[in-house]
Amino acid sequence: MQMNEELIKKIVDAVMEQIGQLDNKTDNKPATVSSLAGKDRINEIKTDYSSYPRAKKGTDPKEIVIGVGAAFQKEIKRTICDIPLDEVLRNVKAGIEEEGMNARVVKILDTSDVCFMALEAAKLSGSGIGVGIQSKGTTVIHQKDLYPLSNLELFPQAPLMTLETYRQIGKNAAKYVKGEQVVPVPCTNDPMSRPRYQVKAALMHIAETEQLDPAVGAIEWEGR
Amino acid sequence: MKRSKRIEILDKRPVNLDGYINEWPEMGFVAMKSPYDPTPSVKVQNGKIVELDGKKREDFDFIDQFIADYAINISRTENSMAVSALDIARMIVDIHVSRKEILELVSGITPARMAEVMNYLNVVELMMGMQKMRARKTPGNQAHITNLKDDPVQLAADAAEGALRGFAEEETTMGVARYAPLSAMAILIGSQIGRPGVLTQCSAEEATELELGIRGLTTYAETLSVYGTEKVFIDGDDTPYSKAFLNSAYASRGLKVRFTSGAGSEVLMGNSEKKSMLYLECRCLYATKGAGSQGIQNGSVSCIGVPGAVPGGIREVIAENLVAALLGLECASSNDQSFSNSDMRRTARTMLQFLPGTDFIFSGYAAEPNYDNMFAGSNFDAEDFDDYNVLQRDMQVDGGLRPVTEEEVIRVRNKATKAVQAVFRQLGLSPISDEQVEAVTYAHGSKDTLPRDVTADLMAAEDVLKRGITGVDVVRALAEAGYQDVAESVLNMLKQRVVGDYMQTAAILDKDFHVLSGVNTPNDYMGPGTGYRVEGKRWEEIKKIPHLIDPKDI
Repeated sequence: MQMNEELIKKIVDAVMEQIGQLDNKTDNKPATVSSLAGKDRINEIKTDYSSYPRAKKGTDPKEIVIGVGAAFQKEIKRTICDIPLDEVLRNVKAGIEEEGMNARVVKILDTSDVCFMALEAAKLSGSGIGVGIQSKGTTVIHQKDLYPLSNLELFPQAPLMTLETYRQIGKNAAKYVKGEQVVPVPCTNDPMSRPRYQVKAALMHIAETEQLDPAVGAIEWEGR
Repeated sequence: MKRSKRIEILDKRPVNLDGYINEWPEMGFVAMKSPYDPTPSVKVQNGKIVELDGKKREDFDFIDQFIADYAINISRTENSMAVSALDIARMIVDIHVSRKEILELVSGITPARMAEVMNYLNVVELMMGMQKMRARKTPGNQAHITNLKDDPVQLAADAAEGALRGFAEEETTMGVARYAPLSAMAILIGSQIGRPGVLTQCSAEEATELELGIRGLTTYAETLSVYGTEKVFIDGDDTPYSKAFLNSAYASRGLKVRFTSGAGSEVLMGNSEKKSMLYLECRCLYATKGAGSQGIQNGSVSCIGVPGAVPGGIREVIAENLVAALLGLECASSNDQSFSNSDMRRTARTMLQFLPGTDFIFSGYAAEPNYDNMFAGSNFDAEDFDDYNVLQRDMQVDGGLRPVTEEEVIRVRNKATKAVQAVFRQLGLSPISDEQVEAVTYAHGSKDTLPRDVTADLMAAEDVLKRGITGVDVVRALAEAGYQDVAESVLNMLKQRVVGDYMQTAAILDKDFHVLSGVNTPNDYMGPGTGYRVEGKRWEEIKKIPHLIDPKDI
C-alpha cells in the first residue's frame, strides 16, 4: 500500500500547493505541476477485500453501525482538512460509548455516496441507527426506515469538521437509539470552502470511488 | 531563493486562495471538449433513432435511449444534422435569424452536435445567443432564503424583504432537514408580504419536497437532479424515467417545476466516463427536455468549484446555460454558489448571465448574509445588494432587483415576523416571542437574533406533517389573525395550481397574479431596436439608488 499512499500524497500536495494551503513554506512554487492526463486512476492498485469477513446484520438493540468509505484508513488516512481518520473513528466511537451504546465499524464497498453508505450502515445496525463517514470526512446520521436522501443529521461541509463534532455525532447517534429528544449538532457554514476545497473533494472522492467493490458489498472493519 | 516582493504580494491575493487544476480528461476535469467526446451522428430507421452520436441502439445506455426516444425531434433530425455546427453557431448570433427558427432547427440535433456548436462560440457570442434565446422577454431573479438557525421567523422576514427587492422566486433549504414544513410555511407567508405573486420552494429530500408541494406549502419545485452518466444516475437511485415520473407527479397537482443539473457533478461523483463537462451537461439537458420539464436550473450550480478550476470552465458555464435556452427550456442560470475568494473573479463570472439576461440570473442570490446561506454560500449575498443595484444602473441592465428604502424594509420585515407569529399561534405550533419579532425585524442575519427552542420547533414541524396541515390552513390562520390581505395572496397562489398557466415555460407572476411566461410574453429579440429594453418606469426605478448626491446640499 505504500505506493498508493505516496501517489495520493503527491496528488494532494500538488493540489494543496495550488490552492495555497502550504503558503507557510514560502519556497517558490514550481512553475509546472504534475499532470495525470492519460491516467485512468489515482491509485494504480485496487485493494482486494474478498477475503475479509462480510458485514452481518446486528441483533444488539444498543448497537450503532459506523459505515466508513472504501478508501478509509487505507488509501486515504486523513480527512480533507487533515484530521487523521483513526482519530475521527475513535471520537465517533467514544461519543457512542459515552452514551452507553455499542459501536461496530463496517467498510461499505457498494457505494461512495454518503447518504447511501449511512443508510446501509443503519440497516446493518441492531438499533437501526447508522453513521456513514466518507474518507474526506463528510458524515451522515441515518435511520433504517428513512428515504435514502433523507437523514437524521447531515454534515455536508467536511472542511469545517473537528474532532469535537465527530464526538458529538457519536453522542447524538446514541441518543436517537435511546429515543431521547435530540438537539442536532449545530450547523456550521463557511461560504468559501467550496472554492478552496471542491477540487480536492473531487479527487478524494475519485480515490474512494475507484476502491468500490460491489461484489464484496460491506465488510467488518473493526480490529482490521 | 530570494523572493520578489511583487510576487509575494500577488501570491497573497484572494484569487490565489481558489483551487485550480490541470485538465485531466480521463477523470472528467475538462470543460468544453474531451478527446473522448463522441463524434456527432444520427441514423433513423422506421421512425426510430437507431444510432446516436456514434453509438448503435443496442449499445445505448438508458440516457442515450431516453434522449433518442423522447428528446430529439425525430422527423427533422436528419435534416438538422445535415447543417454544420459552424452554420448553426453563426445562426445563433445572426440577428436576422429568429429564436423560433433556431428552436426548430436545433430540435433535431444530437447532444454531441450541440456541444460542437458551443465550441464555435466565444463568451461574447454565447452572451449574444443567450440574449436572443432566453425564453421570457423580461429577465428575472431568484433568491435563497435561509439561515444558520433554520429560524422560521427570520426566514419570513428575509422572504418579505427579498420579495420587496424584486426577486420573482424564493428558495429555502435547511441545516436540519426536519425543519422543512416550518421553513416552507415561513417563506410562503413572508414572500407574499414583500410582494404578492412571488413563487416559493423548499429544497428538501425529493419525497418531502413533493409532499410539501402537494399540500400547497410551496408553489414550485426545483431540485429534481439529473446527471450525464448512467452510473451517477444509478448512484442517486434514479433513472431519467423516474425523474419524468416525479415531474408528472408535480404536474398532476398543478405545480411549476424545473430540473437541476450542471457541469462537474459527474466529476465530483467520480463517474464522468472521460467526457467533457459540456457534453455531459448536454445529455442532462436533453434528458430534462425529454422528461417534459419546462425548465432547468443549470450552470454548474453547487459544483462550480470544478469547472471553475479548469481552463475555459466559466465559458463552459454560460455555454451550458445557452444550451438550455436552445432546447426551449427556462434557464435559472446558477450564480447561486460561492465561487471565488476574489471579488473581481466572482463578479466577472456573473456578468456572463447578468448582461444578456436569463430567465433567472441567479438561482439564487443569497438574500441573507452568506454566513446564513445554507446552500453553503451564494456568489452574491445581502451585503452585495447595493453593488448589484449600482451595476444595473451603471449599465442600464435589468438584473431583476430594485433599490428599496430602509423604511420599507423595516415595515415588511416587521409585518412578516408578526404574521408568522400569528399563524404559529393559530395553528398551535411552537411559540414565537415578541422579543424575537423585534430582533428579527431589525436584524441583518442570525447573529442578531435570539436562539429558537429547536426541540419544540422540530416537534411542531412533525406536527404539521402529522396533522395534515395544508396551504388552506395557512390561509385560514392568516385570515383569523386579521391578515386578510396576506391570506388573499396566499389563496391566490393556491388558485394558480388550479388554473395551471404558471406551469408554462419560464412563468413568473406579477403583483396582480398575472402570468408572464415564454408563451404569453416570449423573447422577441432580433437585434437593436427589438426585444426587451430597460426603459420607462423600470429604468426610473433602477436609477433611484440610495446615497445620491443632492445638489441642494452643496
